Amino acid sequence: MTTVHEPELLLGVEEPTEQHERREPGGFYRWVTSVDHKVIGKNYMYTALVFFFIAGLLAELMRTQLFNPNGHVVSLQTYNALVTIHGSIMLYLFAGPIAFGGFANFLVPIMIGAPDMAFPRLNNLSYWLYLFGGSTMLFGFFTASGAAAFGWTGYTPLSTATYSPGPGPDLWIASVAMVGFSGIFTAVNLVTTIFYLRAPGMTMFRMPLFVWSMLITGILILIAFPVLTAALVMLYADRHFGAHFFTVSGGGVPVMWQNLFWFFGHPEVYILALPFFGMISELVPVFSRKPIFGYKGMVFATLAIAGLSTGVWAHHMFTTGTVLLPFFSALSLLIAVPTGIKVFTWIATMWGGQVKFNTSMLFAIGFIFAFVMGGISGVMLASPPIDFYTHDTYFVVAHFHQVLVGTTVFAMLAGLYYWYPKFTGRLLHEGWGKANFWTMFVGFWVTYMPQYLLGLRGMPRWVGQYSPSFTFLNRVSTVGAYILGLGALLLLVNLYVSWRYPIEAGDNPWDGHTLEWATSSPPPAHNFHSLPPIRSRRPVWDMNHPEYADAKVPVVAGGDESAQ
Amino acid sequence: MRSESRIYLGVGSFFIVVLLIYFFWSHESTGSVLLLASAGLGLLPGLYIGWWSRRMAPRPEDRDVVEPEDISGVIGQFPENTIFPFVIGAGVWFVALGFVYGVWLVMVGIGFVLGAAYGATMESKRASWSEPENAASVPRHH
Repeated sequence: MTTVHEPELLLGVEEPTEQHERREPGGFYRWVTSVDHKVIGKNYMYTALVFFFIAGLLAELMRTQLFNPNGHVVSLQTYNALVTIHGSIMLYLFAGPIAFGGFANFLVPIMIGAPDMAFPRLNNLSYWLYLFGGSTMLFGFFTASGAAAFGWTGYTPLSTATYSPGPGPDLWIASVAMVGFSGIFTAVNLVTTIFYLRAPGMTMFRMPLFVWSMLITGILILIAFPVLTAALVMLYADRHFGAHFFTVSGGGVPVMWQNLFWFFGHPEVYILALPFFGMISELVPVFSRKPIFGYKGMVFATLAIAGLSTGVWAHHMFTTGTVLLPFFSALSLLIAVPTGIKVFTWIATMWGGQVKFNTSMLFAIGFIFAFVMGGISGVMLASPPIDFYTHDTYFVVAHFHQVLVGTTVFAMLAGLYYWYPKFTGRLLHEGWGKANFWTMFVGFWVTYMPQYLLGLRGMPRWVGQYSPSFTFLNRVSTVGAYILGLGALLLLVNLYVSWRYPIEAGDNPWDGHTLEWATSSPPPAHNFHSLPPIRSRRPVWDMNHPEYADAKVPVVAGGDESAQ
Repeated sequence: MRSESRIYLGVGSFFIVVLLIYFFWSHESTGSVLLLASAGLGLLPGLYIGWWSRRMAPRPEDRDVVEPEDISGVIGQFPENTIFPFVIGAGVWFVALGFVYGVWLVMVGIGFVLGAAYGATMESKRASWSEPENAASVPRHH
C-alpha cells in the first residue's frame, strides 16, 4: 500500500498570503504584538538567558565574598539578598521559563505537527506576565531597605512583616505570583495543544519524548503552582491585612508555610528537570543513530517521577520534627528507580550506536555525569539520619546545585546547540562550543565537589562569613565558580560568532528523527507547508531512510534533500 | 481521546491512593487537603474526556493509520497580531505593583485590564481570521 499526498491534502498553510490580507505591523510593534509561538518562544529564551546571566553575576559576587572567611565585599544583609534573588531568579525566572516558555513553546507545536499553540493570545500574555513579573523581583535592589532576604523559599516567620519589613519582600511576592500565573497559563496551553492539536496519525504513543515530558510537566505545573499562589496570598495577608495564617501569636502555624511551599517546591524541582530529560531523550538517539532504547519505559518513568514528586514534599522538613519520616523517606528513595531507568535508557541508547561527539552530545553526556552525581547525594539526603546530620549545610547546597546546574544548564545547552539551527537557520560554532563545554564542565566539578566536603565538615548555608578552618576549600570553590562563569561567557561569544559569521544550517543538519526537522529552518508562519506521513515514532527518519523505516506501512513521500 | 482520559484518571487515582495512605498514617491536614485537591484535578477532566471519548469516533490523531480522505478540513482559527495581551500584562503588573506602592496604581491597572478585555473582544469580532473564507486558509482534518 502506498500513501500519496495530494496537494490539497497537505497540512498547514498552503497559501500564507491569505493570512496577510490585513496590514502586517512592522518592527518593534510587530514583535510586541506577535502571537506566533516561535516568536514568543524565542522571546522567552532570550529573556531567560538574560536573567540567567544576572543571577550568575550575583553568584560570582557571593563566591567572591566567600573567598575570605570574613569577606567584606558586601554587607551580610546584602549577602542574604544576593542569595535570595540568585535562587529566585534561577528557579522562577530562568530554569522553568526557558524550558516550558522557551524550548517547549517553540518546539512542541512543531513536533506534533500543529500550526501554533492552542491559545496564541494567552501565550503572548504569559510572556508579558513573565517579563513584567520577573523584572519586578529586581526592583527590590532599588528600594531603601533592599531586596527580599529570606531565601527563595520565603520561610515564615522570617518572611513576615516583623522580620522582613519594607517593600522588597512585597515586590518579591508580587513578582513570584505573576510569574506563577504565567507558568499556569503556559501549562494550560501546552496540555491543550498536545491533547487537541496533534497532526493526523500522531497518536499519544508516537509523540516525541520531549512532548511527553512537556505534557507531564504541564500537569505538574497545574498541580503545583496554584498552591504557591495561594500561599503567597496568605503571606501577603499576614504581612499587611493582619491575618494570622503563619504567626503563632494569632493561632497560626509557621510550619504550614513549609508544607504549602514544598508541596509546590518539590514538584517544581521536577518541573525544572523533566523538560531537560526530554531534550536529552531527543538528541541522544539522533547523535547515536539509533532509536531510543525503551520508549514506553521512558514515558512511564516520566509519569512515575512526576507522580512520586508530589508525595515527597516534606523531605525538606525532616528536621522540623512535625512530619511522617518513613512515608516521605520511602517515597523519596523510590524516585531513584524511575530516574535510574532514564539514565540506563540513555546509556543503552548510546551503547552500540555510532555516537557523534559534537558539542550538543558532549553537553548531554556532561549532564548525565553531573546529574548522576547530584542524584546520588540526593538519595543519601532522602535518608533522615543523614539529613539530620547534613541539613542546612553546604552538603545540601552542593547536592542541589549539581542536580540543577546539571539539568538546567548542561542539558539546556545540549538542547540549545541541537535546536539552535531550527530556531535561527544558523549553526553554532563547534570549536567555540567545545571550549564552552569543557570550561563549564571543569568549572562545575571544581565549584561543587569542595562544597560536599565543606558540608560534611559542618559549614552552614546562608552565611556570608565563616570559620577560618574552611578557607581553603572555599577558595577552591570560588576559583571553580570563576571558571564556570568564564565558560558561560563563551556561550555568548558563540552566539555572537554565529550571528556575525553565520554558518548555514539547512533544514535538517543532524539527520533528525522528529517532525521539527521536516520543515524549514526557521519554520514558516504556521510551521508546515507539508507534513510527512506519520506512521511511526520517527516520521522524518522514515521519510529520509525508507529502507530502514520504523513504519510497518511503507511510506512514500518527497524526501528531504538536505538530510545526509 | 482514550489515552488522554487515562492519563488524567491515572493522575487522579494515584493521588487517591497516596491520600488514603498519607491521611490514615499521619493524620496531618494540610498535606491531605492538597492531595485531595490534586486528586480532583486529575479525576474531573479525566472523567469528562473519558465520557466524551465513549461517544465519539477516534480522531485522526488517535488512529495509527490515517488515509488522505480522513484529513481534509480546517484545523481551527488562529489570531493575528494583537496588542491586547501586552496591555493586559501591563495592567496586571500595575495592579501587582499597586499592592506595594499604593492603591492608585491598582486603579490604573484595573483600567488597563478592563480596556484591554473590551478591546480584545471587539478585535475578535472584526478580525479577518474569524471570517469563514479566511479560516479555511488553514486546512486540516475533520
